[in-house]
Amino acid sequence: MTEAGVAHVDVEEVATTVDAVAIRGVTKRFGSGDGEVVAVDDIDLSIADGEFFAMLGPSGCGKTTTLRMIAGLEFPTSGSLKIFGDEVGTLPPNKRPVNTVFQNYALFPHMTVLDNVSFGLRMQGVDKATASGRASELIDLVQLSGMEKRKPSQLSGGQQQRVALARALVNRPKVLLLDEPLGALDLKLRQEMQLELKSLQRDLGVSFVFVTHDQEEALTMSDRIAVMHDGRLLQVGSAEELYERPANRFVADFIGQTNLIEATVADGDMIVLGNGSKVLAPSDYAAGTPVAMSLRPEAISIGTRGSVPAEHQADSLDGVVSTAVYLGHALDYHVSVDWIDLEVRAPAVGSRGRFQPGDEVSVWWDRSSNWVVAD
Amino acid sequence: MSGITEPRGWTKGALAATSWLVYFFFYAPILVLIIFSFSDSRNASVWGGFTTSWYSDFASDSELTGALWNSLRIAVVATLVSVVLGTMSAIALERFRFRGQRVFDALLYLPVIIPDVTMAVMLLLFFAQAANWFGFSKGFGTIALSHIAFCISFVSIVVRARLAGMDDKLEEAAMDLYASRWQAFRHVTLPLIMPGILGGGLLAMTLSLDDVVITQFVTGGGWSTLPVYVFSLIRKGVTPLINAVSVVMLVASMVLVALSLLAQRLRGDDAI
Repeated sequence: MTEAGVAHVDVEEVATTVDAVAIRGVTKRFGSGDGEVVAVDDIDLSIADGEFFAMLGPSGCGKTTTLRMIAGLEFPTSGSLKIFGDEVGTLPPNKRPVNTVFQNYALFPHMTVLDNVSFGLRMQGVDKATASGRASELIDLVQLSGMEKRKPSQLSGGQQQRVALARALVNRPKVLLLDEPLGALDLKLRQEMQLELKSLQRDLGVSFVFVTHDQEEALTMSDRIAVMHDGRLLQVGSAEELYERPANRFVADFIGQTNLIEATVADGDMIVLGNGSKVLAPSDYAAGTPVAMSLRPEAISIGTRGSVPAEHQADSLDGVVSTAVYLGHALDYHVSVDWIDLEVRAPAVGSRGRFQPGDEVSVWWDRSSNWVVAD
Repeated sequence: MSGITEPRGWTKGALAATSWLVYFFFYAPILVLIIFSFSDSRNASVWGGFTTSWYSDFASDSELTGALWNSLRIAVVATLVSVVLGTMSAIALERFRFRGQRVFDALLYLPVIIPDVTMAVMLLLFFAQAANWFGFSKGFGTIALSHIAFCISFVSIVVRARLAGMDDKLEEAAMDLYASRWQAFRHVTLPLIMPGILGGGLLAMTLSLDDVVITQFVTGGGWSTLPVYVFSLIRKGVTPLINAVSVVMLVASMVLVALSLLAQRLRGDDAI
């Protein structure tokens, strides 16, 4: 390869690595004095071009405020916010190359579907014929052909959702922001729309930033997920990373179900569990740090007392089954170990027997499946 | 639709009878008024055969038609100005948070609750002082200003009710879709609150056209609106001419109120 060729590659690298959204040290406060609320507390976040990015957290965690700051509907109190390299901190929403699908859609009730979808183009000065033409294409794309003349109130929830999507996408935004867009739909429709949104995003290659409180939704759709709590950004990563290597206790508990077993870090990659038993669980925490060992219910095996395979002897506990629930594909047990209660999920097929409340059992786990978290 | 709350048995009959009585009480006098406005007799309460001459007398009486013209001019000015100011105050109170908002809010509705005569005396004193300082005479200007003063409150109340029922995310959505603040207002907010503005405006016009007390206090220089003129005619004795004028005013008011209600219901199902 020639030198010029190498240089060319470098230029392309630079061009494609500009983040769609780059948030640096952004804080948002509402109110003042005693009533001051820190909605977003000094977060750093990079969202890549073409990425399906979810912001996940319980209500009041700051995810919607963050989205609204990207949209320009709120301005950061401090920090830097860039969209494709341009600082947009206090730019009004109509000056930003992003569009939003609002929670409950916020469709204009006095306009037809066609007028709703062409609104953004009309406001940008596109002439009526061209705007209507492009709006019709988008209406086709979201499979609402024939509904152009209807008012939003004459559409079902799912159809309104599609209009909101078309209304935002017709402007060819560089980033599409979605604020709990599926929250108002029933379960079956929601699952359909999840897949549709995902494939739409893949086809368009536009970054989607998706706010949700539903962790399953985030895990299903996203390339990466940011978990927020109390205005702070706790962890950003793929679904696998968040599930298998949560950064702290909150993430471990919020993403999926888990057993958090209180422990203290001892020397030599060991931790001491609440009952005094030592377990091998490597972590970066200093000796003496109070931690919790996260064990997913499906990572725990269950068998009759004393049936623990030799290689798992060091990672096992004895207990008594307190409840047993048949779930069809699995059996869900709660096992009382002397100082804690463990949830165990055993596959219905291939388990070593089934147990009843009161049965004396042993539980064990693979050494690689435990994970140590601190606060 | 016959739920558990539906009245039945004798309660149903009693409620129906009460309603009819109330309606009779309301509308019998109006019916009498209309009938006697066609009576061919100098005495307003004696039937003397059918005639429409009182209406043609009204049309050819230059003082009456002059007063009617005054009323209409004042009503139009008062309505236009109070619609603009009332709508602006409604938006300010509903959409923004500012210091002294609660006080402003309470004060704005004062004209609705204070008695007309109090308002009239207040305005009279105010104009008397202002006339000393600035040297203007009472008449069209003072009447129009007074009507604007009490109409703003009514417009504001009606428009605010409409604004409160509107999702403020809609304006955000408009701005997210490249509308400036003005465009968002022009294309989204204004069309959605238009029924409220029309309703408030028609209400203001009705109030202005019907007002006697305040107008009588702040008028001057031989200026008179139709209701004030009619009031002064009564002192000379009630003739069927007054009946005819009253019928015209009644019909005009009822048309305006009906239009106002219609405007408020317009597109009501769309307002989320």
